[in-house]
Amino acid sequence: MNTTPHPPPLNPLRLVLLLLSLLPAAYYAWGLAADTLGANPIEALSRGLGIWTLNFLLLTLCITPLRKLSGWHWLLRLRRQLGLTAFAYGVLHFLAYVWLDQFWDLDAIARDILKRPFITLGFAAFVLLWPLALTSNQRAIRHLGGKRWQELHRMVYAIAILGVAHYLWLVKRVALLDPILYAIALAVLLGWRIQARLRLAGPWPVRSAPPVVQPVVFMPKRPQGKLPLPPGH
Amino acid sequence: MLIRPPADILPSEITSQALFLQRRRLLQSLGAGAALAGLGQDLWAAPEGRPTLGPLSASPYSSQEKTTPLASVTSYNNFYEFGSAKEDPARQAPGRLKTHPWSVAVEGEVKHPRVYDIDSLLKLAPLEERIYRLRCVEGWSMVIPWVGFPLAELIRRVEPTGNAKYVEFVTLADPAQMPGVRSPLLEWPYVEGLRLDEARHPLTLLAVGLYGEVLPAQNGAPIRLVVPWKYGFKSAKSIVRIRFVAEQPRTTWVKAGPSEYGFYSNVNPAVDHPRWSQATERRIGEFRKRPTLPFNGYAEQVADLYRGMDLRRFF
Repeated sequence: MNTTPHPPPLNPLRLVLLLLSLLPAAYYAWGLAADTLGANPIEALSRGLGIWTLNFLLLTLCITPLRKLSGWHWLLRLRRQLGLTAFAYGVLHFLAYVWLDQFWDLDAIARDILKRPFITLGFAAFVLLWPLALTSNQRAIRHLGGKRWQELHRMVYAIAILGVAHYLWLVKRVALLDPILYAIALAVLLGWRIQARLRLAGPWPVRSAPPVVQPVVFMPKRPQGKLPLPPGH
Repeated sequence: MLIRPPADILPSEITSQALFLQRRRLLQSLGAGAALAGLGQDLWAAPEGRPTLGPLSASPYSSQEKTTPLASVTSYNNFYEFGSAKEDPARQAPGRLKTHPWSVAVEGEVKHPRVYDIDSLLKLAPLEERIYRLRCVEGWSMVIPWVGFPLAELIRRVEPTGNAKYVEFVTLADPAQMPGVRSPLLEWPYVEGLRLDEARHPLTLLAVGLYGEVLPAQNGAPIRLVVPWKYGFKSAKSIVRIRFVAEQPRTTWVKAGPSEYGFYSNVNPAVDHPRWSQATERRIGEFRKRPTLPFNGYAEQVADLYRGMDLRRFF
C-alpha cells in the first residue's frame, strides 16, 4: 500500500491528525467571534498561536524517539504533517504580531526585531522554518538527496531552541514556570538524541584503529552561548 | 487547552434571589457603616453582592473617556499574590482574601502614628468617584471609575515630620490566603513607594471601591493606592502598612529587575521597557492600539513634580 512515493495517500490516521490540529485554530477563531477569550482577546490569540507553534514543534520532535522506543514505524508518516502544522501556527503567530500588534508598521517591526532580543529569537526561528517547510515534500527530498535533506532538516533543533528561548525571554520571572517546562521537554527530546548518537558510536571505541565516529553535530547553528535569560534575572 | 474548566459555582450554590434580597434588607437595616462591619465573606466575593458605597461626589479630575466594562476590570488583573496569569486573581482572590477585619498601620516619620481599621478609613474623608486611566507597564490600559479619597487627607492627619521624604506602602503577604506568595520569584511582601510630594499630590488616591461598589478582592480590596500617571504596578493593592521614611524605599519590582523597572515608573512613551516599546498601548476592549501619552495624559497636573529631572535616568 505504501509503495507509491507520491502523492502520499491521505490515510485515516493523517486525516484524524489534521482535524485535531485544526482544533486550536478553531478554538481561537470561535473565541474571537464569540468574545470568549477574555478581556484582552488579541493577546490571548497571539500567545495561544505561539504556544501551539511550540506544541507542534515539540510533537514533531517526539516522533523519532517514540518510533525508536516503540518500534511503530508508521509514526514517521505523521512527522512531516506535524512539522508543517507547526509551521502553519508559526505563520499565524507571526501574522498576529505583524497585523494585530504592529498594524503593519514595518519600521516599528524592523526596530523591534533588531532591538529586542526575544523578538530577534522568535523572528530567527520563523525565518529558519521556511526552508524546512518548503522542502517538506518528496520532490525536494529527491532533488536534494536524502543525506543533504536530512542535514538541512536538522535545523529543526535550532528552531526549537530559538522558539523556547523566545518564550523564556518574553515572560516576567514570576511567570517562568510554563516556559521552563517547555525548556525541560525540549532538553529531554534533544538529550535523548545526543544519547542515541553516543550509543550509536559504540559503547567504547576500538582502541587499535582510530574511531570512525563522525563528530556529533546535532545542529548547524547554536544561539550564542547558553540559553539566554532576561537581563537582571 | 480545549477542555473548559467546570463552572465555579453550582446552581445549587447560587443564592436565591429571595434570600439575597432578604440579606440586602438586613444589611440596609443595619446602616451603611455597621453593614460594612458585618459583611460576610460571600458578599465580598459575589460580583452582584458587593455593597455600594455612597454618597459619592464627582471629581474635576475624572476623565470623560468611556470606562472599561466592569467584567474586564475584574477579570484581567495583575495581582501576583494570587498567581501570575491574568485570570488567576479573579479565580483565587474572592474566596480567599479576608478583607474584614482589616487594619492599616500608619507609622514612621509622623507625629501621630496610628493603626486605622478599615471602617474608620472608609469614614476618614468624603468618598469621591475618580475616573482614571490606568496604564500597565505591559502595554495595555483601562479607564476605571475608582471610589476613594486623596491620600493627602490621610497624610494631613498623621503629620509627617521634617525627616519624612518618601512613603512606603507594604501590602498583605499571607500564604494562607494568597497562594502566589509561596512562589519565591518575587520578594514578599510587595512593597511600593512614592516621594512625599507625589504622595501628597491631589491625583494620588486611596481607593476603596470601583464602579460605585466596594473593591473586589482581585482589584486590591479593601484598600489600595491609585497613582494614575505611573505604571499600574506602582499602585499597591491590599495595603497593610504605610510608612513615612527618609530614604527612598527599595520597591519590589526594582529589586526584581533594576534595569527594567525604576522607582519613579512614570508613564513615558519615550522610554522603552528593555523588552518592548512603551510608545503605544492597547486599551482593553479596543482593536487598534493608541499612542501612550506622557504621564498617562496627566502631564499638566504632575509634570512640575519632575522639573529639572532627567526622566530617562529616573525612569
